[in-house]
Amino acid sequence: MAEYQTYEHDVLVIGAGGAGLRAAIEASAAGVSVGLVCKSLLGKAHTVMAEGGVAAAMANVDDRDNWRVHFSDTMRGGQYVNNWRMAELHAKEAPDRVRELEAWGAVFDRTKDGRILQRNFGGHKYPRLAHVGDRTGLEMIRTLQDHGIHQGIEVYMEVTVIGLLKDGERVTGAFAYEREHGRFRIFKAKAVILATGGIGRAYKITSNSWEGTGDGHALAYDAGAELIDMEFIQFHPTGMVYPPSVRGILVTEGVRGEGGILKNSEGRRFMFDDIPDNYKDQTADSPEEGWRYTQGDKNARRPPELLTRDHVARCIVREVKAGRGTPNGGVYLDIAWIKEKISNAPEHIKKKLPSMYHQFKQLADLDITEQPMEVGPTTHYIMGGIRVDAETQASTVPGLFAAGECAAGINGANRLGGNSLSDLLVFGKRAGEYAVEFAKEQTQGEINQSQIEEIKRRALEAFERTGSENPFHIQHDLQAMMQDLVGIVRNEDEMQRALVGIKELQERRKKISLTGNIDFNPSWHTALDLHNLLTVSEAITRAAIERKESRGGQYREDYSAKNAEFGKVNFTIKKEAGGNMQIERVPIPEMPAELKQIIEEMG
Amino acid sequence: MAKAAFKIWRGSSEGGEFVSYTTEISPGMVVLDAVLQIQGEQAGDLACRWNCKAGKCGSCSAEINGNPKLMCMTRMNTLPTDQPITVEPMKAFPLKKDLVTDVSWNYRVKEKIKKFKPRPPDAPDGTWRMMQEDIDRVQEFRKCIECFLCQDVCHVLRDHHKHEEFIGPRFLVYAAALEMHPLDTENRLRDLKDESNIGLCNITKCCTKVCPEGITITDNAIIPLKERVVGEFYDPITRFLNLFRKK
Ligand SMILES: Cc1cc2nc3c(=O)[nH]c(=O)nc-3n(C[C@H](O)[C@H](O)[C@H](O)COP(=O)(O)OP(=O)(O)OC[C@H]3O[C@@H](n4cnc5c(N)ncnc54)[C@H](O)[C@@H]3O)c2cc1C
Ligand code: SF4
Ligand code: SF4
Ligand code: FES
Repeated sequence: MAEYQTYEHDVLVIGAGGAGLRAAIEASAAGVSVGLVCKSLLGKAHTVMAEGGVAAAMANVDDRDNWRVHFSDTMRGGQYVNNWRMAELHAKEAPDRVRELEAWGAVFDRTKDGRILQRNFGGHKYPRLAHVGDRTGLEMIRTLQDHGIHQGIEVYMEVTVIGLLKDGERVTGAFAYEREHGRFRIFKAKAVILATGGIGRAYKITSNSWEGTGDGHALAYDAGAELIDMEFIQFHPTGMVYPPSVRGILVTEGVRGEGGILKNSEGRRFMFDDIPDNYKDQTADSPEEGWRYTQGDKNARRPPELLTRDHVARCIVREVKAGRGTPNGGVYLDIAWIKEKISNAPEHIKKKLPSMYHQFKQLADLDITEQPMEVGPTTHYIMGGIRVDAETQASTVPGLFAAGECAAGINGANRLGGNSLSDLLVFGKRAGEYAVEFAKEQTQGEINQSQIEEIKRRALEAFERTGSENPFHIQHDLQAMMQDLVGIVRNEDEMQRALVGIKELQERRKKISLTGNIDFNPSWHTALDLHNLLTVSEAITRAAIERKESRGGQYREDYSAKNAEFGKVNFTIKKEAGGNMQIERVPIPEMPAELKQIIEEMG
Repeated sequence: MAKAAFKIWRGSSEGGEFVSYTTEISPGMVVLDAVLQIQGEQAGDLACRWNCKAGKCGSCSAEINGNPKLMCMTRMNTLPTDQPITVEPMKAFPLKKDLVTDVSWNYRVKEKIKKFKPRPPDAPDGTWRMMQEDIDRVQEFRKCIECFLCQDVCHVLRDHHKHEEFIGPRFLVYAAALEMHPLDTENRLRDLKDESNIGLCNITKCCTKVCPEGITITDNAIIPLKERVVGEFYDPITRFLNLFRKK
């Protein structure tokens, strides 16, 4: 074993976004030795991109807010298939976690009386999102990073984990390579926390960075842990579509909040064409009324552009499929039109939406005060992930914990904006705390040499082959296929084709041959990530096939209604002994009476 | 479709050279897109860093036609295409491979700066009160995405290699954010004078010019810090008063 450099820690955290950093801080504060591994440099994880804010019922702006309201908003948003205990803990603990950031140096925007300011966001009843302009994620990750570096955490940057190591049933470490020279590393640990983020890179159009390849999902699955809710993916309705290079980059909901309207290529405001029955009462009858709502008229009802994210995304897809899209396959989002209504429209837009103005100016040569934007849905977030215990974040495999976007439960079928950043803090802390508790009862496990050799063999075989496949092409083809066949609008037939397609891509992956050496070689990294992307793609597809209804992030055109029976279950996914993917229907436990009552009271 | 020619630095700490590539340019492309396209089609082992592709993470710093920039925010149509576009790594840091440099020095420097130390909470519930106007300046500094482009252009580091003595503009901004934080009670002025050698900065303002976040590094961070250091250590009246005053 002397062949590989070996590191020993009590707790190993894999991932340095908000969840991983918060977990590492908690674990190191308990006095144990903590290692933190991440694929990029410290401070660059996906969390840095979050914009809108972090949700916590601190009631700084509206004193009617409290954890009960936040809990019921989260459950309604998740269409009641959430893990209700996680939703409860999250709502209760988020305020303390946000205040703690302030004690560590975060500088949130302020209310007039000097407290943390909170803003309105979709699905939250009261202004609830603590924020710093539109760069909340940066503030959060930097605060955690700058606090964490003084805690004695050992950080391993640009190190990628490619396999979890087990001693019997228990996870006892991880096998990884460092990017610079491709050298392999062994990490031994009494407890391992996965905090690897999302899977956006399984789709062609995404707001996620290259890191979002579902590594944690696949590592856990391969180690025998259960995944849950994998069918639920959030497609944000408005991503940029043009120019091609910026496709997927987020266009904030705020544009529509300021009066922006959606139009098809015929100039029709199509959102008025399909308003779900249960929202009819709350939706404007006319463009005029919608406009008044955006200008703060409390007697007006919201314009249909502000219906739920999943619905808006589907309407956009419908227009494009019907041939009424823009030349680049989106629809128009027009804020410039408000000059018909107000005299100083360009100044007003620049003041209200500064970063959107600059984003389009700089990346698309487009002046949003004069021209409409082209937008379309973008893959944004996965509600599904590693199945965890609500209190401890323990996975179904001993020694393995998970937190953040790679874990699942709190969001159910759909996540509310702002609930991810708070999730990272609340459950990152819990994962750290309980991983330490677990680690203290353990001794270091044995590292099994044959496991390591097997992972290494698989990792390097592409250098020895003379196949003809390019890993970038396979990734590209997978992304295109998932986008087309397991995207926003799904049906059985297309998803069955996707399963066949995934099999084919798995075969093609075995024919990859690589050039160059293992020193900082992106084609090699991409080839390794493919295993993870294919695993999560299969899990998403299988779960989506099983859920024969439409709910939240999952829309089936062959089962377009919600079905109460499916509202009582989650789907879990596990690797069976033979290596096949096994899917199981598990009932959602009965909610305690007091939580039920909260939901009833809040309506 | 139009094509553009590139000269991209390929090599390691042992040496290297510019290698020529040609790639197709589609509308709206940024330099990072071109580099990734070359990586995907012609040079799978071309090393570069990127994450957000939206100017938010500070990973993709490089020198484009000699100018320190974020590759993801540099549009192709802002560059002349009648000659090859050169892309090279930052110069103030040791090279790892191709466009990737070893920036670990920055992380070590940060660890040495004394951490945030807040005053006791203002309210019984453990929270503080701060007015927006009192934090505007600190929020400007906290916009920093740690791209290290300012470090790259600072002649004290780039030309004089004083990495052991001088912390560079990025960490002067960081220190300023801590020193000007309304809640902070730590005093870093002696360290700024003796350890960070703020005196080595001669206010050329090159750092401010390249900052992609538009942070007014010199005027808003470095000069006020220099004034505080002067006030603390060189001004006889302040020094006398300091005898009777805690920070
Ligand atoms: C544009 C945008 C805006 C958003 N805005 C908001 C918002 O306003 N509010 C909100 O609540 N949410 C928002 N979200 C969602 C939120 O940002 C993410 O869900 C969240 O940041 C995920 O954090 P995380 O800690 O789970 O993982 P990440 O921040 O994604 O970090 C994952 C970490 O794991 C590491 N890693 C991954 N695989 C491996 C491996 N194999 N080996 C080693 N390390 C590995 C990575 O290097 C990284 O350090 C937004 C998302 C986007 C894209
Ligand atoms: S102003 Fe000072 S810190 Fe900035 S580049 Fe010039 S010498 Fe360096
Ligand atoms: S101060 Fe500006 S240039 Fe320097 S690291 Fe920060 S963002 Fe980059
Ligand atoms: S990739 Fe994030 S700043 Fe360029």
